[in-house]
Amino acid sequence: MSTVAFERKVNYLNVDHRVRSWLLTTDHKRIGILYLLAISVFFVVGAVSAAIIRLSLFTPEGALLHGQAYNKMFSLHGITMIFFFLIPSIPAVLGNFLLPLMIGARDVAFPRLNLMSWYVFVLGGTFTLIAATTGGVDTGWTFYAPYSSIYSNTNVTLTAVGVFITGFSSILTGLNFLVTIHKLRAPGLTWSRLPLFVWAHYATSLIMILGTPVVAMAILLVGLERVLHIGIFDPALGGDPILFQHLFWFYSHPAVYIMILPSMGVVSELIACFSRKRIFGYEFVAASSLAIAVIGFLVWGHHMFVSGQSVYAGLIFSLLSYLVAIPSAIKVFNWTATMYRGSVAYHAPLLYALGFIGLFTIGGLTGLFLANLGTDVHLTDTYFVVAHFHYIMVGGAITGFMGGLHFWWPKITGRLYPEVWSRAAALLLFVGFNLTFFPQFILGYNGMLRRTYTYPPEFQVLNVMSTAGASILAAGYLIPVIYLLWSLRYGQAAGPNPWEAAGLEWTTPSPPPASNFDKTPVVTHEAYAYEEAPLPGVPEVGRV
Amino acid sequence: MVFGLRLFPEQASSIARQVDLLFLFLLAVSAFFIGLIFLTVIVFAIKYRRRSDKDRPAPIHGSLPLEILWTVIPLGLALVMFGWGAWLYFTINRPPADALEVFVVAKQWMWKFQHASGLREINALHVPVGRPVRLTMTSEDVIHSFAVSDFRIKMDVVPGRYTTAWFEATRPGEYRLACAEYCGTEHARMVGRVVVMTPEEYAAWLQGVPAGISLAAAGEKLFQQQGCAGCHLATGAGPGPALTGLFGKPVKLATGETLTADEAYIRESILNPQAKIVAGYPPIMPPFRGVLSEEQLLQLLAYIKGLAAEQKAKAER
Amino acid sequence: MSEHQDTVALQHQFDDAEQQFEASALGMWAFLITEIMFFGGLFTLFLVYVSAYAQGFAEGSRHLDLTLGAVNTVVLIGSSLTMAMAVWSAQVGRRTPLLLFLALTMLLGLAFLGIKVVEYTHKFDQHLVPGPGFRLESPVANHVQLFFSFYFAMTGMHALHMVVGVGLLGVLLVQAWRGSYSAEYFNPVEISGLYWHFVDIVWIFLFPLLYLVARHT
Repeated sequence: MSTVAFERKVNYLNVDHRVRSWLLTTDHKRIGILYLLAISVFFVVGAVSAAIIRLSLFTPEGALLHGQAYNKMFSLHGITMIFFFLIPSIPAVLGNFLLPLMIGARDVAFPRLNLMSWYVFVLGGTFTLIAATTGGVDTGWTFYAPYSSIYSNTNVTLTAVGVFITGFSSILTGLNFLVTIHKLRAPGLTWSRLPLFVWAHYATSLIMILGTPVVAMAILLVGLERVLHIGIFDPALGGDPILFQHLFWFYSHPAVYIMILPSMGVVSELIACFSRKRIFGYEFVAASSLAIAVIGFLVWGHHMFVSGQSVYAGLIFSLLSYLVAIPSAIKVFNWTATMYRGSVAYHAPLLYALGFIGLFTIGGLTGLFLANLGTDVHLTDTYFVVAHFHYIMVGGAITGFMGGLHFWWPKITGRLYPEVWSRAAALLLFVGFNLTFFPQFILGYNGMLRRTYTYPPEFQVLNVMSTAGASILAAGYLIPVIYLLWSLRYGQAAGPNPWEAAGLEWTTPSPPPASNFDKTPVVTHEAYAYEEAPLPGVPEVGRV
Repeated sequence: MVFGLRLFPEQASSIARQVDLLFLFLLAVSAFFIGLIFLTVIVFAIKYRRRSDKDRPAPIHGSLPLEILWTVIPLGLALVMFGWGAWLYFTINRPPADALEVFVVAKQWMWKFQHASGLREINALHVPVGRPVRLTMTSEDVIHSFAVSDFRIKMDVVPGRYTTAWFEATRPGEYRLACAEYCGTEHARMVGRVVVMTPEEYAAWLQGVPAGISLAAAGEKLFQQQGCAGCHLATGAGPGPALTGLFGKPVKLATGETLTADEAYIRESILNPQAKIVAGYPPIMPPFRGVLSEEQLLQLLAYIKGLAAEQKAKAER
Repeated sequence: MSEHQDTVALQHQFDDAEQQFEASALGMWAFLITEIMFFGGLFTLFLVYVSAYAQGFAEGSRHLDLTLGAVNTVVLIGSSLTMAMAVWSAQVGRRTPLLLFLALTMLLGLAFLGIKVVEYTHKFDQHLVPGPGFRLESPVANHVQLFFSFYFAMTGMHALHMVVGVGLLGVLLVQAWRGSYSAEYFNPVEISGLYWHFVDIVWIFLFPLLYLVARHT
């Protein structure tokens, strides 16, 4: 049956089987796959280090690691997860694969630059992994001076070089997306018809272009300070280490939005498709992405309420932080309203999307405690912060990534995965995640400080709960890996549009041909015009 | 404590109750919205589940009144939260005038305290109950952070500058002090305790510990030893400006600027005197960077502060 | 694809040459914005410190060679002019002037870098390079050292951009020699021109900031 047809068709995967054709590809779809492979390596590194951290915190004295060994472990976890997994995850994998398809283009604007950005990423990652395996680094992912620039005796320079190089990959990706979205849209695809996934990536690209160079510079100065002793943050010369924090967070707070905005874009697609409805308040959801990107650049000082900066600076940063919460709230309300009077089908991608809404809501609302000048003094640098940003980055960004991967997996590979397993895994992820991280809110309010390998004995019960939950969470990530790999060989052929989704990417065969579209599509509808979609069982001409 | 689970830290300072109250307010608002979103999502997911593959729900484009509603209500709540938090932040950052002064020097990985009496402690700080305590802090190496969660306070301790924090303990007992800013290998063990005592116990403790000379007196000794006294004559007739009554007063600089003589100014003027020259005086003082330790600097600071207090007391008499 | 399919230089993702040109121009502008943010961070730090340590920075500034700095400014402005001429030659499709102006620009760029090397060498000889080897008798020696930290970080970054620019010019020269550019297709020349002008502008900010402004505060 259709399996036969599937294997005979020439698509981007089987157009050329040589390794060379992959390593030198300029096809955005193949580059997306290359990124998927690369970030998977870093996800494994980050996840294993997380597991070791959680196991070690099983007892108050530290069950596995002490002192510098523990510090290197959490640094490795943070650096790999943030710079090498979360930031590239959705944009570089799904964004690369889907943006041209979604806007009816044959490729991104600069395909060779796109490939180069992958190599730059791999190069930066290699530096960082070499640094990790030849002694490690113990500064945390934040590289605070003067600890990082003068006092740490670990591989800070090499790691900083790795992170610096990877920044370029981010910049190049953002630049490519920005130009692609501006210049390569299909005829009729006006800005008000763009899928929200594209809007989210547009906002993300802006942050990548504007923010990354600043942190690149800050980290470069730390590296120069170590190698050449130039000492711009050295208190002995009159340098001010607090300025490093300003530069660092000027990027690293918006970087959180690099991680979450694409995920929000994914969720918009999923909610619309599985409710068979237009996104409620499309303009508001699209505009809120831009609002987040813009206001997100003005809130960095909320990481520094107890750093000794002036109380008036604190006031402004707190107020702006509250303002940036509003567009996020608007999104959540609109997604929820989208399901109203819809036709909701509980496929795995939707379960991930609903999980995202729940976890992001908790993560976002606990952010209000940290944006608050009164409570942040007590909460900052405690496990409350750890729990909060894991709710955003893991509960939000990674859950969105999983949802997106499940949604577009049939498009990427041409195969379906087992329904039952996928739904079970989505539920497991939600449960495991909450068990792992909810106890950390309570720990944080009780004063358990982050980045400590030992803690007072009264915190043990909650830490054991958290570690136990992490094992369930791990299963929630492992099961999809197994059945997704299984589906590559044994999965049913998906057909061009298994979810009956709107969107140009679903008008191509699965997997799509190397050149995406035989003929440049002409767009006549708004995004998510589900009421216009043909009824199932009445195949359009050209459908399989 | 429930089954060995502690849900709230102790309220052991004057601001703890206020922080908890604000926290509970934020918690209530959050719980309401989390409940609202979860409930709505679940109800919609069940009520509008797909019954037939042929379902084609009617399109809804959105609703401006709803958008306005769910923009304005969160915005209003956010502003309330912000205002309340800001008000509390000012309380947390404004030490009362009559506070007991303690100087803190942090280093990898210990806390050093100097009381005004000259008494020194390491990793333990004894204070009387019901009396505001003002901490002037600096670090000898990297950034640390002074955190006592039972007091709900935390303030970074930064090399090269002074930061301040204050608290008023409301309950005798021992409270955990820890470093909250990651500072290297033994960051986790950079802990200590704040011992809060009744005034009687505190007085007895003060008696029982050999205090040596007071901080200001140590500063005065340094002032003589380092030759400061040779130029900074009390009359102001020497080559250096008089320091009596200087602290907290405006200073006119050679550049025409006027600034207040606070801790940061005095610190800079000792370490790097050329940075800010007082109007009418020659720029001849040598820098003391690398000559004085952080603790000695604090002693000098205490002495110079003391001169101002003395003069004020005299004037009042 | 459209009738432009026969144009070798048109890449498959674009419909026509105009779209291709607009895309690469927008790309370069976006890249320059990235660069502005990069240097912007450094400039901001510098401004914070120069206002805090005016005296030390003024003293540091006085150790710089104003003449060499001014000569370099003239050299760079000249190179911007020749670069603009190169772009114009490409636009009108004249190969010989294009080659000439590209070579001139490259030469001026190299001259700038050469003068920079001379300046750096002087600083090494005078022990004004930050680090353990820094020697200076001054009450504000540590602030002067901080000034030189900025001097080397900022001019070093700028010099690195110049090196990249000279490399780009080399590629353009080879391509122009082979006759790759015509009045219809001169994208790379124009885009590289944008980059070159940007690097010049950075210097136009650096020169007064390091050599002039700090000196007089």
